[in-house]
Amino acid sequence: MSDDARRLKPVDVVIVGGGWAGSIMAKEMTEAGRSVVMLERGPDRSTASEGAYPASIDELEANFRYKLFQDLSKNTVTIRNNSQQTALPYRRMAAFLPGEGVGGAGLHWSGVHFRIPPDDLRMRSRVIEKYGAGFIPEGMNLQDYGVTYEELEPFFDKAEKVFGTSGEPYMINGKVVGKGNVFSPSRSDHFPLPALKDVYTAHLFRKAAEEAGFHPYSLPAANASRQYVNPYGAQMGPCNFCGYCSGYACYMYSKASPNVNILPVLRQHPLFDLRAGCHVLKVELDADGRRATGVTYTDPDGKVVTQPAEMVILTAFQFHNVRLMLLSGIGRPYDPVRNEGVVGRNFVYQNVTTSTVWLDRGVETNQYIGAGGGGVAFDDFNSENFDHGPLGFVGGSPVWVNQAGVRAIAAAHSGGPPGTPRWGSAWKAGMIDTYRHSLRIDAHGSNMAYRDVYLDLDPTWKDAYGQPLLRMTFDWKDNDIRMNRYVVDRIGDVAKAMGARRVNLTKREFGRPFDTRQYQTTHLGGGAVMGSDPGTSALNRYLQSWDVHNVFVIGANAFPQGTGYNPTGMVAALAYWAAHHIRTTYLASPGPLAG
Amino acid sequence: MGIGGLRFISSRRQFMRGLAGIAACGTSLASHPARSRPPAPYVPRFFTSAEWAFLIAACDRLIPADENGPGARALDVPRFIDMQMDTPYAFGAQWYMHAPFVQGPDNLGYQLPYAPRDLYRRGIAGMNAHAATRHGRPFADLAPALQDDLLRGAENNRLVFGDIPSSVFFDQLLANVMEGAFSDPVHGGNTGLGGWTMLGFPGARADFMDWVDRYGAHYPLGSVSISGETA
Repeated sequence: MSDDARRLKPVDVVIVGGGWAGSIMAKEMTEAGRSVVMLERGPDRSTASEGAYPASIDELEANFRYKLFQDLSKNTVTIRNNSQQTALPYRRMAAFLPGEGVGGAGLHWSGVHFRIPPDDLRMRSRVIEKYGAGFIPEGMNLQDYGVTYEELEPFFDKAEKVFGTSGEPYMINGKVVGKGNVFSPSRSDHFPLPALKDVYTAHLFRKAAEEAGFHPYSLPAANASRQYVNPYGAQMGPCNFCGYCSGYACYMYSKASPNVNILPVLRQHPLFDLRAGCHVLKVELDADGRRATGVTYTDPDGKVVTQPAEMVILTAFQFHNVRLMLLSGIGRPYDPVRNEGVVGRNFVYQNVTTSTVWLDRGVETNQYIGAGGGGVAFDDFNSENFDHGPLGFVGGSPVWVNQAGVRAIAAAHSGGPPGTPRWGSAWKAGMIDTYRHSLRIDAHGSNMAYRDVYLDLDPTWKDAYGQPLLRMTFDWKDNDIRMNRYVVDRIGDVAKAMGARRVNLTKREFGRPFDTRQYQTTHLGGGAVMGSDPGTSALNRYLQSWDVHNVFVIGANAFPQGTGYNPTGMVAALAYWAAHHIRTTYLASPGPLAG
Repeated sequence: MGIGGLRFISSRRQFMRGLAGIAACGTSLASHPARSRPPAPYVPRFFTSAEWAFLIAACDRLIPADENGPGARALDVPRFIDMQMDTPYAFGAQWYMHAPFVQGPDNLGYQLPYAPRDLYRRGIAGMNAHAATRHGRPFADLAPALQDDLLRGAENNRLVFGDIPSSVFFDQLLANVMEGAFSDPVHGGNTGLGGWTMLGFPGARADFMDWVDRYGAHYPLGSVSISGETA
């Protein structure tokens, strides 16, 4: 197709995907004096239009007609639970909700903004040190990231300042300074803003978690607790807990987004060229496949064009990055039979279950109030914060109340306690009681990587451009189910301390396969992971392709296994980390940054 | 979409303004029989008269009027569903609808070649066929207990409608009924904000800066819609 394609004037850098990672990379590359074209297949979007109150807070359009999400009619994935099955298309939005359009999912995410636990970055080494190599279950591809927390710390700090993150620190430069998460690593500076207020359910959870002997803390939230101006000069307003967060552009300009925090500045830069409605078909490589020469895409008129560039940075959503590598022949595709090859390897998800606690009918939990990133968590069973030895599983879960706002249609669908019919008068009574008097507690767990869980190209189904869909082979594994069940029992301890009228502990069940019909989370990861060994990672520790040195791939695709935390904070830090090494080393002397 | 619906909302707002003095008392106005001037009956654009009769009857069994608040008919849920049938969603425009359509295990999700409009057309025909076979009358003419039996049969996939599992039709209907009762009235349902009022959902108020730490207190303001209608 590239032979016939119209060739455009070459630029220094082409960036594929206009979300957080793309906007950060574009900002950094233009600061370095490079010309940048950012290609986004969805429409152009801004908070002023998509977030305009009150039309924007329409639950039906936002959460049930997926106004700001990926257009599955053009492109989706196929899914199966194991490699003996025929994978079938993910035809309707359900289990995960990828974004589309300028700002990506960053326009309408919730805002939970974490730094990864240091132990998670060297998970394989840490588990072997503590429990011995025999502790790692057969078939689990446990790996290290190849980068340390100390190396990433300046970039976590930078991302928090750009995002205007609200939080309570625990330790700064080795000194205890606040009531933050006692398990969190030392920081170089405060959060740019103080923590958000606790909503009532989070306040109750904090008290009960303390009584149960755990260590609650305020979730770090990229929802501004006060008016804020970030280092780029972008302005945020204070979060008013409107309750319309996940799925919505923030009409208060309180939730960090590329559209509010980076793009207003970037759009004015003479070296920056944003092209919306442009779907990238492939990265073009030179004759020996060692160097990218640009990308080929369809423009808004459906014409196929080639944009030559010195560097290509893939910043699409996790699985789109992996698919584009497979379609372009960048890196060796993963072979699950031999456990060899790297593109598609270590595909992971997030292991979340939500339990419900009913309080006395005199207590109104006001679930319509919420801030997407706000809430209270405890990390006593996350990462390596507890002794896994007697428990016999790898991984963990933070536990939290993260009330982003429960709206009316969602409440109706959630219904009443277990055993309540789905309709009729009994449903009505149970649903109203649940909405008014309950609260939700999540175990937001890690998901380990396994040899037979991976991504490749589907042999049957194609997208609107005639290219094969990506195929997901995924199921829950016993290790991860046991982890979930252990941590959810701790939620039971908290509910007891809360004086619950009724508790429904939701746990993963052994033998129950991954169900694509129920929303779980959009925190997909892995598939083109970073690391120190080209035999087990597609990217080096600078997120540079081992095989094609002028291709960098930024996103949650780089996570070798899942973590208990939400991915965006880590993705943003990795973007700044990669950009730093591109600016300080690569641009002066293009070539592999790791040998 | 929605010209008729918007005109209706506008007349409701005038009505509500007249009732402003008692609007904040927390009673469900939507279940109140009084209306200054009843709107002209809605004429469905997608559903045939036989389908419309089914829809009204089925919606009111899924959300019946009771002591907790209005039923789906009073909330104009059938009108909402008919209006939705004119949106891209109903044509499957947001779904991946490329062949081949291969059936697999339930947990791998929806794999039929039918958009919501097809599901309604075929599903309602299937429900009425079962009603006629078992009871000699269309669904809408049956006693509520018999209607509930048929709905439960569909819900539990015990009825056969050609190549559409009856539970697929039921789930489509139930999802749209919930949407109609609890979405913003701009879409044609939730009339008088009756769905939100019975739930205790303030709608588009969307500013709790001063209320977030009033722990345990009852929020005193009634619901408000995107168009400014209050309850």
